[in-house]
Amino acid sequence: MTTADATLAAEARSARAGDRRARARLVVAALAVLVAVTGFLSLAVGATGFTPGTAARALLAGLSGADTAGTLANVIVMEIRLPRTLLGLLVGAGLAMSGVVMQGLFRNPLADPALVGVSSGAALAAVMIIVAGGLLPSAFAVLPQPFMLPAAAFAGGLATTIALYRIATRNGRTSVATMLLAGIALGALSGALTGLAIYASDDQQLRDFTFWSLGSLAGGTLQKAALTAPFILAALLAIPYLGDRLDGLLLGEAEAGHLGVEVQILKRVAIGLVALAVGGAVAAAGPIGFIGIVVPHLLRLVIGPRHRNLLLASALLGAALLVGADMVARTVVAPAELPIGIVTAILGAPFFLWLLLRQRALLDV
Amino acid sequence: MLDARDISVTLGGRQVLSPMTLSLGPGTFTVVVGPNGAGKSTLFKALTGEIAPDGGTVQLDGTPLDEWPRDRLARRRAVLPQASHLAFPFTVYEVAALGLMAGGSSLPPALRDRLPMEALERVGLDTHAGRFYQHLSGGEQQRVQIARVFCQLDAGRSDGAQQYLFLDEPISSLDLNHQMATLDLAREAARDGLGAVAILHDLNLASLYADRLIVMADGRIVADGPPADVLTTEIVRSVFKVGLTLNHVPEGTRPFALPHSVGAAP
Repeated sequence: MTTADATLAAEARSARAGDRRARARLVVAALAVLVAVTGFLSLAVGATGFTPGTAARALLAGLSGADTAGTLANVIVMEIRLPRTLLGLLVGAGLAMSGVVMQGLFRNPLADPALVGVSSGAALAAVMIIVAGGLLPSAFAVLPQPFMLPAAAFAGGLATTIALYRIATRNGRTSVATMLLAGIALGALSGALTGLAIYASDDQQLRDFTFWSLGSLAGGTLQKAALTAPFILAALLAIPYLGDRLDGLLLGEAEAGHLGVEVQILKRVAIGLVALAVGGAVAAAGPIGFIGIVVPHLLRLVIGPRHRNLLLASALLGAALLVGADMVARTVVAPAELPIGIVTAILGAPFFLWLLLRQRALLDV
Repeated sequence: MLDARDISVTLGGRQVLSPMTLSLGPGTFTVVVGPNGAGKSTLFKALTGEIAPDGGTVQLDGTPLDEWPRDRLARRRAVLPQASHLAFPFTVYEVAALGLMAGGSSLPPALRDRLPMEALERVGLDTHAGRFYQHLSGGEQQRVQIARVFCQLDAGRSDGAQQYLFLDEPISSLDLNHQMATLDLAREAARDGLGAVAILHDLNLASLYADRLIVMADGRIVADGPPADVLTTEIVRSVFKVGLTLNHVPEGTRPFALPHSVGAAP
């Protein structure tokens, strides 16, 4: 008997056994507190550490527009760490929430935006900008140079998603199995083309691409946050409305239809919102793995697979985890920085393996 | 009324359902029997709107199924598929509560809290509400799905309109006691005015429970009527290709079959 079983057995004595909604609300509230604490700590921690009091004063002064601009704490907190933290919260929430939606859509707890080629499509577009960017006449650069990379990554991710959807849809019906297989094929193709592009690149381009492809929040300026925030925010606000319908989808597409879900519309909307969130996240921070798969899986074990609370809880835990990982990334080798993708993988992979070993009985895929 | 008019279905170039017309009314428990590949499940899918027939129409109260908004249709009929696979750690209570979706957001909270447990009580699994669905036996999982379907009917009842229940082999994994308990539930629901349809393989249980028995073979309806009229030695021998003897329960008119060999002669 697992611990989860024991807890449930204890709850069986309560009036409505097996109903985990109350517990889920408690978890959501606790995670909200965790996000607030992590977000605030992220303002204080870094190559230059501040006491929480200093960070708080700098934040309040900055927000109220007081005349302390120019002090070291103020500049670091308001102009470097605040945008970076906000970006981290959004990216983490977006990745975790799109993970939940993908897993619901594919009825498979191992589905992940990276698995269906969204991330690799984005990465291909990004490497093409890095390698070919210098060759293009400046007239082609419709956006200022710093924005070309994220914009291309976003477009690449979206294009991959639309291509996938077209391939998998016949006579108005989307086959999830075809989509999964096509996603793996498209991912392999994007990976090969990325490899070709790298083969043709010089040392500097290679370094640029490698750093970007490992994921980093280091470039988090206020401008960048403002550019990607609307995409991720729109998805974060819209996805929770799909919650109940996604529950039905876990039973199967036909079953969801019998329960009153317009399955075809739901799939289209969900895919679009995932592309929005993942495209925005990859554009802002590069492909960051594990958040989209570890966070939902962990929370499902605690509060169950019903989406209404799972989506919210995942967004919160994803946000806290990514900002936490970013704090690690920028302090362990200070004043240099680790790519955040390395931190999430080093922390995430062993944890995920441990979870798998403990919960094999429930992972009936 | 649920009316299927001249519906036919072709899959992969083969006509799996030849044009047929049938009506399902309230208060009747209809059982469909037939050998594997007879087109029973295909007929089911056409009647529930899961697939659109290539020819003909299926109408509920005079409106074609594909013109019904999905959520309103979900309040009118519930469907139990042959097998439901869940890859996520649901509790038994949570699976039954999925039926509440059909009620929409207008469902009163008091009802929302009560219906899943009531449905689980009906299938005798209220004591299992807190357990994980995946830890149950196949038969228990099937009963949880039956509870979910009844929860859906209860949640959709607010419309006050005639409801239908479709069960595709609902007792395939159940022991005899629960086979009969489940068929009792369907028959009781039909007594209360619901139109119930089930695909079964056990001819004796079909004979025992059906108000109306439909025998299918090769995509056609071979016989349709009360069990006493439909279950004749000739029909059963030719459709199921077994040698058997039909008998009747002493005090009733319902026939029962005792098969004794495979591939029977006429």
